[in-house]
Parts: sequence; C-alpha cells; structure tokens
Amino acid sequence: MKTLLTSKDIHITLQRLTHQLIENHGNFSDTAIIGIQPRGIYLSDRIYSLVTQLTGNNNISYGKLDITFYRDDVHQSANIHIPSQTTIDFSVEDKNVLLIDDVLYTGRTIRSAMDALIDYGRPKKMELLTLIDRRFSRELPIQPDYAGFSVDTITTQRVKVLWQEKDGKDEVALVDMPQ
Amino acid sequence: MGLSVKHLLGIRELQTSDIEKIFQTADNFKQILNRPVKKVPALRDTTIANVFFENSTRTRLSFELAEKRLGADVVNFSASGSSVSKGETLLDTVNNLLAMKIDMVVMRHSASGAPWFLSQHINASVVNAGDGINEHPTQALLDAYSIREKHGDLKGKRIALLGDIMHSRVALSNIYCLTKMGAEVTVAGPPTLIPKNIQSLGVKVEYDIKKALEWCDVANVLRIQLERQNKPLFSTLREYALYYGVSKSMLDSLEKNITIMHPGPINRGVELTSDAADSKQSIILGQVENGVAIRMAVIYLLSGTREMTV
Repeated sequence: MKTLLTSKDIHITLQRLTHQLIENHGNFSDTAIIGIQPRGIYLSDRIYSLVTQLTGNNNISYGKLDITFYRDDVHQSANIHIPSQTTIDFSVEDKNVLLIDDVLYTGRTIRSAMDALIDYGRPKKMELLTLIDRRFSRELPIQPDYAGFSVDTITTQRVKVLWQEKDGKDEVALVDMPQ
Repeated sequence: MGLSVKHLLGIRELQTSDIEKIFQTADNFKQILNRPVKKVPALRDTTIANVFFENSTRTRLSFELAEKRLGADVVNFSASGSSVSKGETLLDTVNNLLAMKIDMVVMRHSASGAPWFLSQHINASVVNAGDGINEHPTQALLDAYSIREKHGDLKGKRIALLGDIMHSRVALSNIYCLTKMGAEVTVAGPPTLIPKNIQSLGVKVEYDIKKALEWCDVANVLRIQLERQNKPLFSTLREYALYYGVSKSMLDSLEKNITIMHPGPINRGVELTSDAADSKQSIILGQVENGVAIRMAVIYLLSGTREMTV
C-alpha cells in the first residue's frame, strides 16, 4: 500500500478545487451540488461546506444521488446491490449541476449518475468533480471538469480514498490487488 | 447482498434481515414513485410473467405497475380464457411460458403450496402473489411497511388482526412478518373463524372485537372470505357485522386513536363500515400506494445475478 495523498495534501487540494469552482460558479446561486452515493458523499460534504464558508451562501442546493438502479451491471455483479438513499429536495430543472465522486475510473458510475439525475429534471449543464482521476482506465468517453489528482494505474491496482468521518483518517492510497 | 432466498414463497422462509433489506429498498422506490419520472431501468433485461389462476384487482395491477416501473417486460396470464380451461396442467402452462424466455414468475393460485411446487420444477424465480389459505407475502410486507411508516419501528407495537383468520392468507403472512419484526399480535374474531392452536405461532387470541381494539395500536381488518367457506361458520352477514364488524362509533368510543388497515377488497358494512374505512384513522389507500414500492423492492432484490447467455 502506497500513500498518494496525505491528509495535508487532501486539505490543499480541496481548497484549490473549491476556488476553481467559485471562479466558475460565483456564489452558487444557480448551481446545485450532487454527491454520488455511497463513497462520493464524503467528498461532496467537504466541498459543500468549503463552498458555503467561502461564498457565505448558506442556501446552496445540495443533494445526494444513489445510482444503483441505473447501473449497467445490475445482473452481472456477484451480488445485487442494496441501494443507498437519494436526497434531492430541490428541482434540478435549469440548474448548473456539479456531480461529485471520489474516484473517476471506468466512467460507468458517472454515466449512470447522468442518467439518474436526468430523471429528476433537465439541468442546464452538468459538470464533474473528482478527487482522483485514474487516467487511461476509461471505458466510456467521460472526463472530469475538476480533478484533484491524476494517477496512472494498472487494472490490478485499486485507489482507496479514506475519510476521517468514515474511516478515521484522510488519506488516498494505492493498493495492489492480489492476482 | 441480496435476499437469503431465491423465491418469495412466504414470509415464513424469510430472515429478519431480508425484511429489513426489502423495507430499505422500498424506501428508495417510494421516493422514485413520487418523481415526475417514475421509472428506473434496473430490470430492462428482465421479462416477468404474471400468472393469475385466481381473481385479483389490486395485487395484479400493483405487480404489473411495479414491474413496469422497474423497466421489465411484462406478460399477463389469467386462467379464465386460457388453455387451463382445456385441461393443461400448471407445470405445462408455466413451462410453455418459460420457453418464451421468462426470468421470473409472479403467481396466484387457489391451491396452497402451488408456488412452492412450481419453484421445485423451474429455474426462474417465483413470487407468491397469494396461494390458497397459505400465504400472501407481499401483502404482509406492505402492511408491515405501512405500519412502520406511520408508527416507526415495529418492535413492541400492538397489532390486532380482525375477522376471518381461518381462511386468510393475509393473516398468516402478517403473523409471520409482524412477529419476526418484534411486534405483538392478537387475532380476534368469531371462534369458528380462528384456527385451533394458532397461539403456537406466538399470537394471542381474543373473541371480543372491542377488547382487541382497546388493546391495539393498529387494527388490520380482514375480509370475510365467503368463497372459501364451504359450510356456514356464522349465521348471517348481518349478525357478523353486528358482533364483529368495526364501525366509526366503535373507534370513537376508544380512548386512543388507533390506525385502521384493510388489505382489500372491503366488504363495506360487513367487517368494516364505510365511515370507518373512509375515516382519518384509515391508511387503506396508503397501503395500496406502498404496495407498488414493496413489490418493486421484492422483484429487484430477487432478480439477483444472472449468467450472460449468448
């Protein structure tokens, strides 16, 4: 297991991403933040609170999206997935929507998320923010608009993103999977 | 992880964790059913046959809607007007359906155990939509889910099942489901309609409807199943309504507001009067709404893993 980002690195990266977001979205009056369940919500919680702090806007639309029923491998994975909660208590119609997930790998999750979100309404625009972009592993033509850190990996490796709230510490690590 | 079973034949075979998974998944579907787009594509690769050998309105529509909202292809079959009337056996009928590449069979049958028999002979998953006087698992799940929605955790809640316990598959499934979830259950009705030794299932027996109502938080009023009674078990419907029917004035005389449920179809004026069925205490239409979400959850969780066949 090799550490890619320490807690301090993550802190700096999140600050940078937040400033980039504010550059493009101003005070977020027209932009909604959507975290993708189950692992993207820890990142989206952080981004949401940083954006709230920096813009002073306490009314930013923030939701969480479960994509289980939109996966393209519902009946191919070893076990059927139990869904997490979706909480979107605002209309995404005509909004700029920022999708947030921790790792962008094959792009299939994001494809599902786009389909799932469009069933809630027609956003004006969708963007993607991920903490980790695993380049050269894409199976669909999907790229992030904001990426914290790009890594070149091979398929036998896994990128683990740990969060204080869930795993007891902030860290991004590269793990070799047994062959 | 999905459910611990491949078929939903009854609540008896389910583990508590299965029921919790179904409820959790149904929460998601309930939310989806309240969106402008009420469909998800999860089962777009699945074909489901609804095979009904017995009449049904709610259950059949509810299953069909649940399947369609999951994106599945649906075929419907009802015994009347089919080759069953020419003498085709159950297994032949279903095998012919399966030859048309069907992944799941939802079946209602007047013979207790028919879905179990089917599950022994076919590869597709079987969902029991009511078999004789045995079980009606999705009804019990939606009843328990509706109670949970209204009253929170089922643990320690007092539920009374009133009326024709003997012939009611809803009653048996409800007893299994509610006791597994930790609720207290009392069955109440005329002695001729309460099976002997039903206490062995962990329920109390009461012959006075008023006392049962005073005891409970929720009363699930069951239909008098005249079609299954081949000898008279009470004198007249009028007498039944008088001694065992639930009315609004009876509810008003209680010290607390209990919740009234009914699996439908209601015999208005027999087991339940109209003013009670349509009162604020009734969640009967809420049960119907939850039925679709519960059936979506059951079908989704049973759809499981499929080998890719080319």
